[in-house]
Amino acid sequence: MRIKSFLREILAVFSIAALSCVGVANAETKVGFVYVGPIGDHGWTYRHNVGRLAVEKALGTQIKTTFVESVKEGPDSERVIRQLASTGHKVIYTTSFGFMNPTLKVAKKFPNVRFEHATGYKQSKNVGTYSARFYEGRYIAGVIAGKVSKTNKIGYVASFPIPEVVRGINAFLLGARSVNPEMTISVVWVNSWYDPGKEGDAAKALIDQGADIISQHTDSPAPLQVAENRGVKGFGQASDMIKFAPKAQLSAIVNNWDNYYVERTKAAIDGSWKSQDVWYGLKEGMVKMAPYTNMSDDVQALAKKTEEAIRSGALHPFSGPIKDQTGKIVVEAGKVADAGMLLGMNFYVEGVQGSLPK
Amino acid sequence: MDLLPVALTIITASTPLLLAATGELVTEKAGVLNLGVEGMMLIGAIAAFAAAVSTGSGLIAILVGAFSGVAVAAIFAVLTLTCLANQVATGLALTIFGVGLSALVGSNFVGISLEPLPQLNIGGLSTIPILGDLLFGHDVLVYLSFIMILLVGYFLSKTRSGLILRAVGESHDSAHALGYSVLTVRYLAVLFGGFMSGLAGSYLSLVYTPLWAENMTAGRGWIALALVVFGTWRAGRIAFGAYLFGAITILQLHVQGWGINIASQFMTMLPYLATVIVLVFISSDKMKIRINAPQSIGKVFYPPR
Repeated sequence: MRIKSFLREILAVFSIAALSCVGVANAETKVGFVYVGPIGDHGWTYRHNVGRLAVEKALGTQIKTTFVESVKEGPDSERVIRQLASTGHKVIYTTSFGFMNPTLKVAKKFPNVRFEHATGYKQSKNVGTYSARFYEGRYIAGVIAGKVSKTNKIGYVASFPIPEVVRGINAFLLGARSVNPEMTISVVWVNSWYDPGKEGDAAKALIDQGADIISQHTDSPAPLQVAENRGVKGFGQASDMIKFAPKAQLSAIVNNWDNYYVERTKAAIDGSWKSQDVWYGLKEGMVKMAPYTNMSDDVQALAKKTEEAIRSGALHPFSGPIKDQTGKIVVEAGKVADAGMLLGMNFYVEGVQGSLPK
Repeated sequence: MDLLPVALTIITASTPLLLAATGELVTEKAGVLNLGVEGMMLIGAIAAFAAAVSTGSGLIAILVGAFSGVAVAAIFAVLTLTCLANQVATGLALTIFGVGLSALVGSNFVGISLEPLPQLNIGGLSTIPILGDLLFGHDVLVYLSFIMILLVGYFLSKTRSGLILRAVGESHDSAHALGYSVLTVRYLAVLFGGFMSGLAGSYLSLVYTPLWAENMTAGRGWIALALVVFGTWRAGRIAFGAYLFGAITILQLHVQGWGINIASQFMTMLPYLATVIVLVFISSDKMKIRINAPQSIGKVFYPPR
């Protein structure tokens, strides 16, 4: 008996030593990614994953990436983030607005782990935020829509009434009205980032109500497929969806996270990482437009001109005068909406049908 | 506003529900409670999509989808009818299995686009104004859903084999005593249920949104299950329930599009709420329900030695 228990102790000591050796031998940095949808959504999450693959390509053996997909916003996300933090990940990217509070909560318990939260607005010492100025792309899309639409009605398939989505709707309409003051937008809220069936149904309903341009802030190609089927035009979301709608897609707003992810992961490895709040757009290459298709040459030229103007800073999508739905002037002529108004946008501009859900 | 396109959209939205509910009706009438509808639909969806992408033939894709539903139902049948496992637990396990397996197989098919199934305009019938489009301007699976629910209704109430199936569902011991093979009837019923669920799934991935997305049924299998109970196991009521649910789902989107100011979360809830309200009305007549519910549903049949 004594020898048996002695041998058991020796075995325990050796296994602990062996395991800790395994831990020490891996000098590579672990990088975690938390996705709200499946990589296969061919939209939002897909582009984040493309970014992750770019990091792997650029930094090779220095890092090892982990990703968890289809993580619902809410308590489940906190569990996933905590698990990544407690298994040695040094940098964690949480890629959806709804991960904001869980990220901050976990960050407090793990001060040595660096967190980057996409599209959020709260930072802390080890939580940085990053977002892309998608509204720049929306404005360009609106300009195209204003020229292409015959019924002057735009159908918008939206997800949740958060400022980012409202900003997109407003920017789209402002762009459309800059070339055609008669344009209107109807919005349907599907209350989900990703539900192809429902998104398709919403698009069908909007087209049946007279919209001949479909835009979306949801993550699947379903609305565009419906647009293709019904012979109207639309815009892809977060990635180029031309192969789902070869005759319908006018352009798409493509998210490009590659450079940002490589840059930030490098900073985390060499120790220069600091919490920041970054909001990049066309100029920095975080937002790209998919090739302009299915439109006449002069519309294409106008779109390119608008893109250049925004890129160079000559044109700001939210430059005054801007009126809200009640007719009140919220941005005066000659002025530009400030970051505060953009980030907390909770009103519709004139021309959007219906009122904003609380 | 043009009502016809809306009506067409409602019909297409209700079709997967109707197809799956028809199959589940037969299964439950035979006394087997198969909760795995969602899983079977998803496997049917990915199988049909994979077949369509690989072969380019709509017919093969539909058949592959339907028969994969049969294959999954066969697993359930063996486990519950031969191995005498608990039906509820096995059905739930089947759903989870279906969700996972379809996601695994489907990961190779993400991002692929497909031409939707062509509409079959039957001869000159579809040129009849309004009714023509409504009844005759659809694709083949929608027609199948019309035909199948009518056939199943007729089968269950007017034919001898339907009577035997119902007898097995009401009291499997009596049916066994009378000499009917309870196991054969139940196997066939379960496999038919799998066939229809597979068809429903194929409809989703081939016609409704011709792409593959993880979990693309989004709970429709559960709705189909609820519809069978909602319709008190009668074919006509199930069809009504399916179209009611589809109609409210589509109309709530239209209401939002018109700019009418009702909370969108409430609108999302509306189809389910309507189903519950109608169920309350139906339940007020307890006799009607008791007559229709198969008494042996969910009970394991222990063949007496």
